[in-house]
Amino acid sequence: MTDFDYIQPTTLQEASKVLSSDGINTLIYAGGTDALSLLKNDIYKQHKVLNLKKIEGLNYISFDKTNGLRIGALATISEIGSSPEIKENYNIIHEAANEIASPQLRNMGTLGGNLCQRPRCWYYREDFDCIRKGGGECFAYEGRNKFHCIVGGGPCYIVHPSDMAVALLALDAKVVIHSNNGERTIPINDLYVLPQDDPMNETILKPGEIVKEIQVQPPVKGIKSGYVKFKERDTWDFAVVSVGAVINSTNGIINNVNIAFGGIAPKPWSEKSLNKSLSSVRINENELEGKLKNLFSNAETLSENAYKVPLVRNLTKRLLLRLVQ
Amino acid sequence: MKEEKEKKEISRREFLGKAGTGVAGSYFILSSLKQAEAVAKENPLQPPETYFGNIQVQLTVNGVKHKVRVHTNTTLVELLRDRLSLTGTKVVCNHGECGGCTVVIDKKAVYSCQMLALDADGKDVTTIEGLLKGEELHKVQQAFIDKDGLQCGFCTPGQIMSAYALLLNNPDPSEEEIKTAMAGNICRCSAYPKIKESVAEAARLLKA
Ligand SMILES: Cc1cc2nc3c(=O)[nH]c(=O)nc-3n(C[C@H](O)[C@H](O)[C@H](O)COP(=O)(O)OP(=O)(O)OC[C@H]3O[C@@H](n4cnc5c(N)ncnc54)[C@H](O)[C@@H]3O)c2cc1C
Ligand code: FES
Ligand code: FES
Repeated sequence: MTDFDYIQPTTLQEASKVLSSDGINTLIYAGGTDALSLLKNDIYKQHKVLNLKKIEGLNYISFDKTNGLRIGALATISEIGSSPEIKENYNIIHEAANEIASPQLRNMGTLGGNLCQRPRCWYYREDFDCIRKGGGECFAYEGRNKFHCIVGGGPCYIVHPSDMAVALLALDAKVVIHSNNGERTIPINDLYVLPQDDPMNETILKPGEIVKEIQVQPPVKGIKSGYVKFKERDTWDFAVVSVGAVINSTNGIINNVNIAFGGIAPKPWSEKSLNKSLSSVRINENELEGKLKNLFSNAETLSENAYKVPLVRNLTKRLLLRLVQ
Repeated sequence: MKEEKEKKEISRREFLGKAGTGVAGSYFILSSLKQAEAVAKENPLQPPETYFGNIQVQLTVNGVKHKVRVHTNTTLVELLRDRLSLTGTKVVCNHGECGGCTVVIDKKAVYSCQMLALDADGKDVTTIEGLLKGEELHKVQQAFIDKDGLQCGFCTPGQIMSAYALLLNNPDPSEEEIKTAMAGNICRCSAYPKIKESVAEAARLLKA
């Protein structure tokens, strides 16, 4: 691990001032559950590390029925997972948070860090000079790729590892980004980029930009939501495939539904055409099977990951059945 | 990290013969080797202050206040084990994946390998050593013995700290809650059924 200066601003303004002068060489650091491993493995080599945790008042979770939900970037995954208001109004966030990592990591990890965490691809994490690290090759393409993407890949084939991002995408959440130039608010879908547009970064954040807050609109009456995550192990693990859905239905018939997928693409993924094709559908096993049988039939699977196609169809079916029955 | 460890170890070895510490609160200056030699003879197993860096943190560990100097990249577990000689806390994976290094901070279980020592500044840390009262075992420790909640025992300090954190917050956990709370602690010997029984027993003992 390189030696670094540990910079500990106490306000966002101070933080962005530091970052505006040397953002490219300064690593933003929150819970550190991901960043510290990257430092230990010398994948991150910054000599300046900027700790966000001393910034006051960035760990709030606030909810009201007119403004909806706002979560500060420093709220921990445990705090999110144990919030009664989130559980009552945004079950999908509740379920996703409690599926993340282990209790210890949920106590340490923050929402901002979860959304901005780096991919778990073993070539990226280990000593391979892969495209994501500025090298010339994605070793997963012809190598071991059991956990890699089935859509949106090329020239790099990572999957995005964040569970929170999938849940928030299904909710059409917004992200407030802070920098020395002020604040901007964007849909969470626009936070993420595909490797074809930027193979070295998963987000559009520019050096010095800090995720400050997540906003979710107030829940519509009668809406149901949930998150299902398939892992290789029974206890904590990253998603092999995950599905989040927010659904509005009457008497077992879908009015509208918003589905997001994890573990299948380099960014949290949604299929607008699927959402559309499901409206007015009666929720039962047969109907759903019919609607889902072509889901991701356009997938470009690699040598070891074609199993994700039937898996994602079945998980989607299982989740919708659970939410409506 | 590996390189860093080696570097630290080399300097530690190099220095051990010549230098030492015990000069609490002083900056160790390499040129004053004579004085250092004298200290080293008195206290041969203490690595020199330079091994630990020059940024001060203050923290409470097991009820005792400490003011110690660390490097920016010293982890909490390095501080606990190498500096405070609290070697009950284990480093196994050193990547936040196994739970061997679990300690409790502000009533919450955390991985001390995946946390910078600087982030423990001002915090109240409890390690496995802090559960003992003199010679008397804590009830959670007793329960692990009574229910045979271990085989080789290497993961046990971490398991006990996770159980301790759980019972601090939830004195009457369901089986499912025990499973969830213990999920961040891997046991290579796979003593899981007995670990679960031990935690349930600890809850009973603590209530009694
Ligand atoms: C063993 C293990 C298992 C895990 N399992 C899961 C899992 O199942 N699901 C899952 O989703 N995640 C998982 N994680 C990933 C991750 O550690 C946690 O999700 C955590 O929430 C990350 O938050 P942090 O505050 O620790 O981030 P940090 O490690 O502090 O930061 C992560 C990255 O985000 C950047 N960053 C942090 N905060 C901000 C901000 N506010 N604005 C801009 N950039 C920022 C940092 O620069 C860094 O690159 C796991 C990690 C480990 C080690
Ligand atoms: S040593 Fe810290 S989690 Fe494994
Ligand atoms: S008792 Fe041996 S690793 Fe758990």
